[in-house]
Amino acid sequence: MEKMKEMFMANIRQYAMMVALIFIVILFQYLTGGVLLRPLNITNIIQQNSYILILAIGMLLCILTGNIDLSVGSVAAFIGAVAATMMVTWKWPVLPSVLISLLLGVLIGCWQGYWIAYFRIPAFIVTLAGMLCFRGLTLVMLRGQTIAPMPQSFQKSISTFIPDVLGGADLNYTALAVVAAAILAFAFADLRSRRKKLACGFDVISFPLWALKILTMGAVLMAFSWQLARHRGLPVVLVLLGSLVLIYSFITGKTVFGRHVYAFGGNEKAAKLSGIDTNRVFFLVYANMGLLAAVAGLVFMGRLNAASPMAGTNFELDAIGACYIGGASASGGIGTVAGAIIGGLIMGILNNGMSIVGVSIDWQQVVKGLVLLGAVAFDVYTKRRTAR
Amino acid sequence: MAKELLLMRNITKTFPGVRALKDVCLDVEEGEIHAIVGENGAGKSTLMNILSGVYPSGEYEGEILFDGEPCVFRSIRDSEDKGIVIIHQELALVPYLSIAENVFLGNERARRGVVDWDETYTRTAGLLEKVHLNEKPSVLTKDLGVGKQQLVEIAKALSKHVRLLILDEPTAALNDEDSGRLLTLLLDLKAEGITSIIISHKLNEVEKIADRITVLRDGAVIETLDNGERTIREDRIIKGMVGREIVDRFPKRDTRPSDEIALAVENWTVRDPLRPDCLKIKGVSFTVRRGEVVGLVGLMGAGRTELAMSIFGRSYGMDISGRILLGGEPAELPSPKEAIGRGLAYLTEDRKSSGLILIDDICRNISLASLSRLCGRKGVIDCNREVTAAEGLRKRLGIKTPSIFQKTGNLSGGNQQKTVLARWILADPDVLLLDEPTRGIDVGAKYEIYCIINELAAAGKAVVLISSEMPEVLGMSDRIYVMNEGRIVGELSREEASQEAIMKCIMQSNREVA
Repeated sequence: MEKMKEMFMANIRQYAMMVALIFIVILFQYLTGGVLLRPLNITNIIQQNSYILILAIGMLLCILTGNIDLSVGSVAAFIGAVAATMMVTWKWPVLPSVLISLLLGVLIGCWQGYWIAYFRIPAFIVTLAGMLCFRGLTLVMLRGQTIAPMPQSFQKSISTFIPDVLGGADLNYTALAVVAAAILAFAFADLRSRRKKLACGFDVISFPLWALKILTMGAVLMAFSWQLARHRGLPVVLVLLGSLVLIYSFITGKTVFGRHVYAFGGNEKAAKLSGIDTNRVFFLVYANMGLLAAVAGLVFMGRLNAASPMAGTNFELDAIGACYIGGASASGGIGTVAGAIIGGLIMGILNNGMSIVGVSIDWQQVVKGLVLLGAVAFDVYTKRRTAR
Repeated sequence: MAKELLLMRNITKTFPGVRALKDVCLDVEEGEIHAIVGENGAGKSTLMNILSGVYPSGEYEGEILFDGEPCVFRSIRDSEDKGIVIIHQELALVPYLSIAENVFLGNERARRGVVDWDETYTRTAGLLEKVHLNEKPSVLTKDLGVGKQQLVEIAKALSKHVRLLILDEPTAALNDEDSGRLLTLLLDLKAEGITSIIISHKLNEVEKIADRITVLRDGAVIETLDNGERTIREDRIIKGMVGREIVDRFPKRDTRPSDEIALAVENWTVRDPLRPDCLKIKGVSFTVRRGEVVGLVGLMGAGRTELAMSIFGRSYGMDISGRILLGGEPAELPSPKEAIGRGLAYLTEDRKSSGLILIDDICRNISLASLSRLCGRKGVIDCNREVTAAEGLRKRLGIKTPSIFQKTGNLSGGNQQKTVLARWILADPDVLLLDEPTRGIDVGAKYEIYCIINELAAAGKAVVLISSEMPEVLGMSDRIYVMNEGRIVGELSREEASQEAIMKCIMQSNREVA
């Protein structure tokens, strides 16, 4: 029991944000008279926030190094503009256009990463410059006009749903099956890692507790997929987002590179003297941000079915906010991908819920700002208490 | 007898775990130059920080009488109001402000918040004349050399109507010409009735200018020597500084060093990256054998840390030349990564700023330099192996903690140091460069760290021990190199080595340079 309390205290921030998310969901479920968790609205929330969440994943890595990236909104818009020009204006096939767009995103990331990591120009300045440059280039690319609509095949591959191959009538069986399979895979992997830990003689939570954890998680996810199945099934972006979350959780949590990022943000001097090529780590983090900004740009364009000159405005601020609400530290070295996603969802559901209730955009901004401040103030407060 | 300006009575100051000063009494007469000498860590700076209000009243015991009045200093401002000004070793000038702006910083010549620049500049010019600094008051301080910056500091002190000027190692960073100039200035100021306290390692300077010399050792005053006739010699001061008997504070090592040379450095020369005209390491050569503990001693600023860091993957310095031989073979070590790969480890002198990741737990700190060897598949850390390894080292080194998942920021100094040491033991190096491995930790933890060093040597590792605590180096080393001003100025076998012998090597080389 002591141990559990200790574990809880150590991760209080994560749990607190989880609790806050659940509270907000319940609150708006009540305020909106049940509209919030309707199948259609859940699908909406996912599609409205997917690109911010994708950006938040990359932004988390930047924040782990103790910096931010201000350019992601402009880069996303620029990539959208380039992809649209290729596919619509030049009539290039979809797949090569998408690949070239992603590659271009990586190149943009490398460009900024080079100045940041090897020239050591503060990331704030480099990405502020990027924010201006790529917004400008977007306007140049689109000549100030919106390009629309996108080719059918692009539309279909991004802003659509996984088709129901199992042939359900008013229920999408495929969605249920995919989620169930994912839960089983996770349970199986977790069980194996638990066995390994036991073999090494480490402390693990007792089996009933473990089973309870898996069952709760499974129940929540199945309920969620049930709601999706009642609408049109699994949105493609959700599968994309889910994969990215898994991949980046793995990278930050389990790989040497991930550990290097945390070490860099925690104490760069110590990391360097421990044999870490800190410049390379720094560079790769920003190169990766370029890639994810491109992905977000394509997803956003797919959803809008248009490339607009003003796309992506303020995306960077939402992504940064999501990371901070999710427990990332502004001075670097602390934060998780899961936290950033929770932070992003808190903001997204606040937005969506308030819109349904009829709170005007102006007041939504105020509320979001206060939530950000409150979350970080809570963080600072708990840290000060535990330090004493 | 002259009038007593300052009297500090029974000053005792304790830091968590250490008593820095016990029952220290100091009296300073008006118009004298009073030198305070002692080894690193003897408590000189602590005493001066108390006097100048850096440690406010209440954080120490004892009383201070200035001009016969009891004083309660809550901050530096309080002591400055009385005319006590301290000039620290690290100068506190703002580089992008002019001399005049710096001199009157915090003390601006202003009327209702508006600075009177005419007065600022004319008064600064007057002060600069007084300190014999031939520069315009409008010159930016970043464009001045260290010697001149030191003079600006003194001008700043004079602008506050200083009565007691405290200088902490004023000549440590100066060349001989600048040092000479500064010392003459102190004598001039003395003639004008300004009393000064000077803390210095350069005993030849002390013997020349000080009227009285107080010797501190282990936080207590050993003696106050009267040098009114300039009769006190360096040897006499050294005796007071080090005259402690070395009790058996160091565990015995049973193994002998082998004959195999693990690390040889030849003609190593390094430039200061901040002042490229200045050589920090000048043609240093040394060797370490397997199973040997080699001590590297010298006063602060002798270049020991710079030497070790420049060897460890060029982590310090520019224009590095010279050769490194590892196990007899020449090695190129362009970065710490390569250095670690070739079996080198460097324990930093400042565990908080460049050793530990304080916001991370013990386990992650220990594994940091060995991650690629803790991988199952390439690039993927095997967490079970990592935890097992960290847990093993926790037990072996006796890191006292409820679990290895504690943040290192919450550990005591000794346990933090053991954590960094564990990191390097896990990396399994052949040569360990240990820079101040026992700085700021208590006696018990020190003993444990000595035992670990002995174990490493017994296992055939070569250890270079850099330390400012001479008894420690004497007690632990098979051989000792003495460094001064970027050179190796002496090599002493265990039998020859003594504190006097080391001090003599240093003083001799100082004299040669002078």
